[in-house]
Amino acid sequence: MAKDMSYEAVNARKNDIMRDAMGLDYEDFEYEGIGFDYQRMMEETGYSMEEMQKIQADNGVGNTPLLEMRNLTALARKYAPEGKGARIFIKDEACNASGSFKARRAAIAVYHAKRLGYKGVISATSGNYGAAVAAQAAMNGLKCIVVQECYDNEKRGQPEILEKQRICEAYGAEVIQLTVGPELFTTFLGLLEDTGYFNASLYTPFGIAGVETLGYELVMQCRERFGREPDMVVCTNAGGGNLTGTARGIQKAGAKNVEIVGASIDLKGLHMASDRDFNRKSCTTGHTGFAIPFITWPDRSDCPRNAARTLRYMDRYVTVKQGEVFYITQALAILEGYERGPAGNTSLTAAFALAQEMDKDQFIIVQETEYTGAGKHTMPQLTFAKQNGIKVSFGNPDEEIPGETLVFPEEPSMIRAREYDLAKAKRSYIHNCVKNYGMVNASEEDVRYIMEEIRETREFVTGELGKYGVKVV
Amino acid sequence: MSLFVKKGDWIQIENVVLPAGKRAPQVPEDTQRCDLKMWVKGEALSDAKEGEPVKIKTTAGRITEGYPTAVNPGYIHDYGEFQPELLRIERQLKEILFGGES
Repeated sequence: MAKDMSYEAVNARKNDIMRDAMGLDYEDFEYEGIGFDYQRMMEETGYSMEEMQKIQADNGVGNTPLLEMRNLTALARKYAPEGKGARIFIKDEACNASGSFKARRAAIAVYHAKRLGYKGVISATSGNYGAAVAAQAAMNGLKCIVVQECYDNEKRGQPEILEKQRICEAYGAEVIQLTVGPELFTTFLGLLEDTGYFNASLYTPFGIAGVETLGYELVMQCRERFGREPDMVVCTNAGGGNLTGTARGIQKAGAKNVEIVGASIDLKGLHMASDRDFNRKSCTTGHTGFAIPFITWPDRSDCPRNAARTLRYMDRYVTVKQGEVFYITQALAILEGYERGPAGNTSLTAAFALAQEMDKDQFIIVQETEYTGAGKHTMPQLTFAKQNGIKVSFGNPDEEIPGETLVFPEEPSMIRAREYDLAKAKRSYIHNCVKNYGMVNASEEDVRYIMEEIRETREFVTGELGKYGVKVV
Repeated sequence: MSLFVKKGDWIQIENVVLPAGKRAPQVPEDTQRCDLKMWVKGEALSDAKEGEPVKIKTTAGRITEGYPTAVNPGYIHDYGEFQPELLRIERQLKEILFGGES
C-alpha cells in the first residue's frame, strides 16, 4: 500500500523519519519535563576541535583571513566621540569552498553522513547553506538534494535565491523549488523517507559544532597577530547557528571577555509565509523574520532539538535596516576593495555603528562575509525591489518601512545599531514554553533548564511563569 | 507557445503539492488562496506535450512525474539595471574620506 503523503500523515511520522535520517536519537538527551541536556548532546554527538579542524582543512574550509577594515574604521571615527572608534576587522569567510561560513557546518554534516554510510544528503534551505552542502557532497562523492522556498505564486523569485539555486546545481545537486509556505518541511520529510538520505539540517549538533572552529580561529588569529583578544564579536543572526557556534568556539579558545552581539535586518511587519510579502523584502536572510521566532523558540527547526540556542550565548542583540546594509555593502566595495554580501554584511553594518561607542584601541570583529555574484548583489536586489513597487530613497533609515520603502542613509552618521530588549525576548521564550508544552506546573528541573536557556535568575523565571499561572512544584 | 518534450530531453516539471484550500492551518490568508507548487529538473523518460504529465529521472536518480514547463531550463538572474543610488553613495564616501580627490 502506498504511504499516505498528506501534510498531516507525513508530519505524524516526523520522529521516526528524523531518527532514521540522522542516526541520532534525541530521546537520549530528554529530561522528564520540558528540557533536555543540551551540553551533553553537544559533547556526545559532536567532534573535538582538532577533528573538526582536520575535516574542514581536508575539504577546503577554514583558516580564512582576518582583515582590518582601515578605511571603514576611519569613516566610523569621523562620527565617533573623541577617543572612540574601535578597529573594525572582518573574517573573510567568503574564502571558504562554496563562498560562505556555511561551509563549516556542511563540512562536518557531510563528513558525518558519509561516516555513517548514508548515500546522500538533503537540506532544506534557500540560503548559502545549500551551496555549502552541495559542494561538500560533491567533494565526498555523496548525492545531494536541496529543497528551496523559491517563488511566489506567479513563479517570480528573488534574484538572490535564484542564484543559490544555480550554484547548487553547479555543484551537482538536485534542487527542488517550491512556492512560499512552511509546508516545505513536509516535502522535505517525504524526501528523507523516500531516499533514505541523511538530514543535513542546519541545526544538528554537528552542524552547529562546525561553526565552533570559526570562533576559535578568530580568537587565535587575534592572539597571534596582536597579542590580545577581541572585545566584541558581531554575528549576523537568522536561525542562530552562526552566533551559537561562534560563541561556543570563542569559549573553547578560553577567551572570557568577548561581548557576543547578534545583528539582524529589521523586517518588522512582513509575514514570512505570505505569498505577497515574499518578494517585497530586499534581503532574504539575516533578518528578524527568521531571527526573532528562532531566538524565542529554537525548537521550531527541522530537527527535534535545535543545537542553535542564541539566548544561551548572546550578550546583546541589535537590528539594522535594509538601506543601511546596502549602503555598507557599497562602502565595503568602494573603500576596502571587497565585493561581498549583501545580506552577510548585516553584522558589518551593526559593527560600523557599534565601533563608534567603543574605545579606539578596542577590537570589533565581524565574523563573516559571503560571496557575491549575479543575483546576489545590491544591483539586482534593488532592481527587483523597484519592480515590486518598493520606493527607494535617501533619508533617515529609521523611517524605512519593510515591504514599502528602502531608505539609504542620507549620510553614514545615520547608520545605527538599534538595541533589541533581550529581556523581552526572554519573556517571550518563557511564554512559548508555557504555550507549546501546555505547562500547568513546572518542576525544579524545568526551572533550572529555563534559567540555563535564557541565562536568567530563578526569580525572573518563576516570576514570569507565575504570570501564566504555572506553579513550581 | 506549446512545448514538445522528446525522450532524453533535460526538462523542468511542475506539480501541485497541496492545492489551495488544503494548505497548512498556520499559513496566512493570501497564501491559503495559492497552490503549493513544486518544480524539479530531470531527464524526460518519454515524449510528451505541454499539458501531459511526464516521468523524469532527476540528478539524484529519483523517478518523479509532473507537467513539463521548460526544455533545457536556464538561468535568468543577472546584475539587474544600473542603480544610480549606488553611484551617489560611492561619490559621497570618497568625498568624506578622501576629499573628492579620487
